[in-house]
Amino acid sequence: MTTVAPAAVKRKSNYRSRSRMIIHIILIIGSFVMIFPFVWMILTSFKSNGESLLIPPTILPREWLTENYTEVTRTLPFGALYFNTLMLMFLRIICALVFSSMAGFAFAKLRFPFKRFFFFIVLSQMMLPNQIFIIPQYQMLAGMGKLNSIFALLFPGLVSAFGTFFLRQFYMSLPNVLSEAAVLDGCNTFQVFFRIMLPLTKTAMIALAVFTAVFAYSDMMWPLIVNNNINMMTLSAGISSMQGQYTTRYPILMAGSTLAMIPMMVLYLLFQRQFIEGIALTGTKG
Amino acid sequence: MTVLSKPAAPRLSRREHYDPKVVAAAFILIAPTIIGLCVLNIYPFFDTIRRSLYKTQGLGPEVYVGLKNFEKLFKDSMIGHATVNTLLYMLLTVPVGVLLSLIFAALLNSKIKGRDIYRGIYFLPMVVAPAAVAMVWRWIFNAENGILNIALKAIGIQGPSWLADPNTALLSCAIIGVWSAIGYDLVLILAGLQSISKSYYEAAEIDGANGIQSFFHITIPMVSPTLFFVVLMRAMTSLKQFDTIYLLINTRNPAYKNATVLMTLFYREAFEKFNKGYGSAIVIYTFVIIAIFTAIQFITEKKLVHYE
Repeated sequence: MTTVAPAAVKRKSNYRSRSRMIIHIILIIGSFVMIFPFVWMILTSFKSNGESLLIPPTILPREWLTENYTEVTRTLPFGALYFNTLMLMFLRIICALVFSSMAGFAFAKLRFPFKRFFFFIVLSQMMLPNQIFIIPQYQMLAGMGKLNSIFALLFPGLVSAFGTFFLRQFYMSLPNVLSEAAVLDGCNTFQVFFRIMLPLTKTAMIALAVFTAVFAYSDMMWPLIVNNNINMMTLSAGISSMQGQYTTRYPILMAGSTLAMIPMMVLYLLFQRQFIEGIALTGTKG
Repeated sequence: MTVLSKPAAPRLSRREHYDPKVVAAAFILIAPTIIGLCVLNIYPFFDTIRRSLYKTQGLGPEVYVGLKNFEKLFKDSMIGHATVNTLLYMLLTVPVGVLLSLIFAALLNSKIKGRDIYRGIYFLPMVVAPAAVAMVWRWIFNAENGILNIALKAIGIQGPSWLADPNTALLSCAIIGVWSAIGYDLVLILAGLQSISKSYYEAAEIDGANGIQSFFHITIPMVSPTLFFVVLMRAMTSLKQFDTIYLLINTRNPAYKNATVLMTLFYREAFEKFNKGYGSAIVIYTFVIIAIFTAIQFITEKKLVHYE
């Protein structure tokens, strides 16, 4: 930083660029390991069954066949699977945002009796593994005659304890002066919440939306349990059902997997920054 | 955050006085969440405990059996295997996964070109349906035609049957687990690393510390709260692992005994054999194991984690 001989500076910058190259090499190897399965999935999905079994294997398909896609879309109703998955994510996001914002604001900014007790209910849900609720939740749905429906997919996500906790943390970090000024101006509690505070939590709401979407999408046990009609399944549950049918016909399985991968991948590529920043935010505050 | 939430001076000390309008608003605002949590979580929690004391035969009536389900559970050799496998899966995935995430996060934390691209790539498995992940790995791990064994053969190694070999099945699942989770953990750790003030490193450099010394004496302690959170979350998730193992290790797999875990057993008992009572007992048993590990981690936290 201060006065250093030119030779030492040069040695240092040489060292820097060499270590930088090593870092890049390690990161590229890592990236290869992360991407390869997806590339292999896509390449295999365009090969014939015979070609996929060749040793040594071909890297690129000799001919880019689309018959695996025709076959898999004939057996699985992909339109319905896409629709159900998107509805599941969309409805869980809406519920999490609306109800958690309301409760998160109240817990952070309002004084009311039994606050600690109610907040304990929120925390206790976060401490318990989800699976402990699953059998009774299933029985309730069955009792309502709502198995095999979009509502069934949404059901455990109607409210979000994590969302409430997360947004409460965020509301707590907002200064009270804002709401105090609004109260002096004659705003009631709902107006303070809706007009003043809610708009300030946009980043947190985007983060919660991303978090909810990622976990709703990857949740497999619940959709598998409640919706066993193929037309009401989610992508993950739906393509898992083709394992039995095409046990070792990998090109078809890979075509199905590729189709299942596309919607979330597209969303991710479009909103990569929001995805990653959202996850970072839910992790650091949660 | 600490500065802002200074509590308003209590006007009437001891006895709390509430503004009825505010209280009414607060109750309206929390009502959906609290009612929802009571119906969806609090009641089911107690109902699961109750069910674990009953025997259910398919759709038939429930019969009170006391602790019989738990007696059965402790005698059931599959539960024993699954418990060992679950703990082993945790030991195979958590330390390696968190360590790799830390290393890659530290590499990405340097001022390096294309950081966002690398981070984006590592995060990819998080946005792919677990069923698709399971399917492609089953293909890669295939004993005869899988690309992994073909590649190993090319360098003169005879690879095992991976997912179908009792010795490597759980390891293979753990590899998939680590691969899937690295991006998520990395994003959290990287966020932790980026919040460390540069001035610490500058001070260390002036004092003549090299990169490795600063890593161990500044980076690790400063990021330890994040690391603790990641380890805790990872340990809990690994003890609840379900999807990939359920899809890859079916009951006909020769390695079934060596790779089945508690949650897959729970699913099969409760929703394939419709033994809801026994399923409830298994899930409570798993919950106790998770609680024990969480407690252990909170005890060690005090010794290892540095808070500012």
